[in-house]
Amino acid sequence: MRLTGFFIFAASVALLPVLFPNNYFVTVVGIAAGLHVILAVGLNLLMGYAGQISLGHAAFFGMGAYASAILTTRFDWPGLLAMLAGLLVAGTIAWLLARPILRLRGHYLAMATLGFGIIIHVIMVQATHWTGGPDGLGEIPPLNLLGWTVDDDQQWYGVIAAAMLLSIWLSLNMIDSRIGRALRAVRGSEFAAQMMGIDATRAKTQIFVVSALFAAFAGSLFAHQQAFVSPDSFSLIISVELVTMVVLGGMASTFGAACGAIALTLLYEGLMVFEDYEMLIHGALLMAVMIFLPQGLFVGLSQGIRRGWTLIASRQDVQDARKAIQS
Amino acid sequence: MLEQIFQFLVTGITVGSIYALVGLGFALIYNASDVVNFAQGEFVMLGAMSAIALLAAGLPLPLAAIAATLLTALVGLLLERFAIEPAKGASVITTIIITIGAAIFLRGVASLLWGKNSLPLPAFSGNEPIQLGGATLLPQSLWVLGGTVVLVALIHAFLNRTLLGKALLACSVNRAAAQLVGINVQIMLRLAYGLSAGLGAVAGILVAPITFSSYEAGIMLGLKGFSAAIVGGIGNPMGAVAGGLLLGVLEALGAGLVSSGYKDAIAFMFVLMVLFFEPTGLFGHKVAERV
Amino acid sequence: MTKATPLLAIEALEQSFGGVMALAGVSFQTHENLIHAVIGPNGAGKTTLFNVLCGFYQPTAGSLRFNSQELRGLPPHRIAALGIARTFQNLQLFFNMTVLENVMVGCHLRARVGLLAAALRLPKVRREERQLREWSSEALELCELADHAEQPAGALPYGLMKRVEIARALAAKPRLLLLDEPAAGLNDTETLALRDLIMRIRTSGVTVLLVEHHMPLVMSVSDRLLVLDYGSVLAEGTPAEIQANPQVIAAYLGGAVQYAV
Repeated sequence: MRLTGFFIFAASVALLPVLFPNNYFVTVVGIAAGLHVILAVGLNLLMGYAGQISLGHAAFFGMGAYASAILTTRFDWPGLLAMLAGLLVAGTIAWLLARPILRLRGHYLAMATLGFGIIIHVIMVQATHWTGGPDGLGEIPPLNLLGWTVDDDQQWYGVIAAAMLLSIWLSLNMIDSRIGRALRAVRGSEFAAQMMGIDATRAKTQIFVVSALFAAFAGSLFAHQQAFVSPDSFSLIISVELVTMVVLGGMASTFGAACGAIALTLLYEGLMVFEDYEMLIHGALLMAVMIFLPQGLFVGLSQGIRRGWTLIASRQDVQDARKAIQS
Repeated sequence: MLEQIFQFLVTGITVGSIYALVGLGFALIYNASDVVNFAQGEFVMLGAMSAIALLAAGLPLPLAAIAATLLTALVGLLLERFAIEPAKGASVITTIIITIGAAIFLRGVASLLWGKNSLPLPAFSGNEPIQLGGATLLPQSLWVLGGTVVLVALIHAFLNRTLLGKALLACSVNRAAAQLVGINVQIMLRLAYGLSAGLGAVAGILVAPITFSSYEAGIMLGLKGFSAAIVGGIGNPMGAVAGGLLLGVLEALGAGLVSSGYKDAIAFMFVLMVLFFEPTGLFGHKVAERV
Repeated sequence: MTKATPLLAIEALEQSFGGVMALAGVSFQTHENLIHAVIGPNGAGKTTLFNVLCGFYQPTAGSLRFNSQELRGLPPHRIAALGIARTFQNLQLFFNMTVLENVMVGCHLRARVGLLAAALRLPKVRREERQLREWSSEALELCELADHAEQPAGALPYGLMKRVEIARALAAKPRLLLLDEPAAGLNDTETLALRDLIMRIRTSGVTVLLVEHHMPLVMSVSDRLLVLDYGSVLAEGTPAEIQANPQVIAAYLGGAVQYAV
């Protein structure tokens, strides 16, 4: 079945709060992990499948968050409408940016996206009149979904889990379609892809926009869930963390990205215990994973297991063959 | 107004000199290994912070500065040996994350050793401002400018006049061919990291009396140095120097004439424009893409 | 030849790379349902000709008309949309995908589904996916690759990879198929199978333009030959004419023609 993995994942997400009601790790860390999954799955479309790095993805996350924050607090827009506006802003900016920025490759692309992220961050800090500056914006009303107000952790867990599953489902569908294959083809050989009639620029632009939309969507949810936004949540470090989630999980795998996001969220939660050593351990882990498991935890480990199985199986075959010969 | 602009230029060139040195360090490493080292800014921070610490431990300033530079160069060597070498042949994204991890790691070490406060280094020759045609100039700025000129000249001479320097350049042009003519590429890589780390350390020590330093001072400096290298044409050492100066001046003008809060945005906007319209850099030679 | 409009008409085509003339005024025509080979020593401009045809290079001068439509100035994906497909001298497979998926990419232009429909997996997406699989299976069967459909493209032996490229190109249902050295690296059995495959492709109504060094294959399969040398046309004609052409014999075949068919 195409979606077997998806249903297993969905079932475990649904079971967690039943098995561990009112558990801090489920309802608080789980919410953060869910948002990270949406971000990582979106970024993975760009990085894993289109092969383009973005070190400025927190900017789109921030655009969604600030659009919701500003429109609901200052203009009393309903939450869903503000979310749509955020998606529109992030999508439009991504679309405008895509053509010039995706012509760049490797380090140049890294620099350009990084610079873009910093510019947006500076605007968040400096445009005090709109954004509240470094102090941020508070008192964001709870999200109202067609009459139902989401206001406690349990409910938020449900909403974000649903949003996360939706984004995974959309991502899986896209990858396994004409559009997704075109995108992977461009990554495999841009030359050959063009000769199959694929407009490579268009394919990359599309996925850049989609990836920005995922981030803005997560941003809107984040703003309502936290009821507060400030530039700190959208800094360069956050962009780096998002990239790390994708790479940590293993690129070009939707579940890899999701696992990377969950693993890193848990790791940060765990590292908080170490306070002063947090940065040290974080840096060392990043280096270690990239050096020893460059394909990422999820993909690297699952391949390792598969290889192990084949090895055991082939040994078994050899033994069987020996026995057959001897007898 | 003219005087003001002159003042901005002076400030810009001082800051730009530091960007130039960091950019030069980027170019050295990129040339030798095709790796963009995102921990370059941390070398600047390490140089400044360890000089401050050694001074506090009782060493005289010149000795502290030299020891701090050597120490940082050693860190650069170790970084190459234990983080870059094992990941040989990794993709661009992987090496970017490794060096970012190294940067976070070094920042963590620094915060453990020296705390999270900003610390000053005394100026090398007093704080009496110098009047220069309507602009004021700290004596330390002259140290920065003078130091940059000397270092750039030294690196330039090293790359073009000495056998070792030429060997380093050879690695950047064609690694396999360099290996064939008997250059030990591995040693060259370590040399590039050590040299570039030392360079960053000197930059950090020169500028610390003006800007102070802290465990997180390296982030922005590193990114600006990277920008300088890109503006100058990545892998072109003297282009990086020119790019750094240009970026510094532009930033100072932007801060003075537009808004100081937006100075980083202005700098990166400029970098984006360069990337969009002249992606090989303003001073780089064109490299045709091979298919 | 008949007076029908040529499928491909190339006139005075020039392509220079910074002073080096890779193509110096090449003119020739191909008609529907032919197997037309392009031969010539290395560096004669054969692959350059293909790359110009596909829009990968913009020619310095001259014109290329496919089915009366000018190709000059069109990007590769637009040229592909007009009905030209190709394979590559050095493999350009999508190694990150299975054989079937590779061939399904070949069907890209015959499908319509857009991003939004794909993301939501609307019913029409399912229908189209089934259709694509069917078309791809046909191409795979024609190339005798049906058994390898689910394998990763990178795991196949070289000879099969080359055939996946042909299947992928055929999946686009092109009117003109460009084969760039399909026999390079193949053994004799594989080359014989390739000959049959090229014949079958022509029978299915596709015109073939073939760049190839393997003379026995070229001479046995082609209806007409174009001989390039230093970027210019040395000769054009049927295999028999070419084999009897003293210029070709002198310049290219090196004095002796021993290619019995």
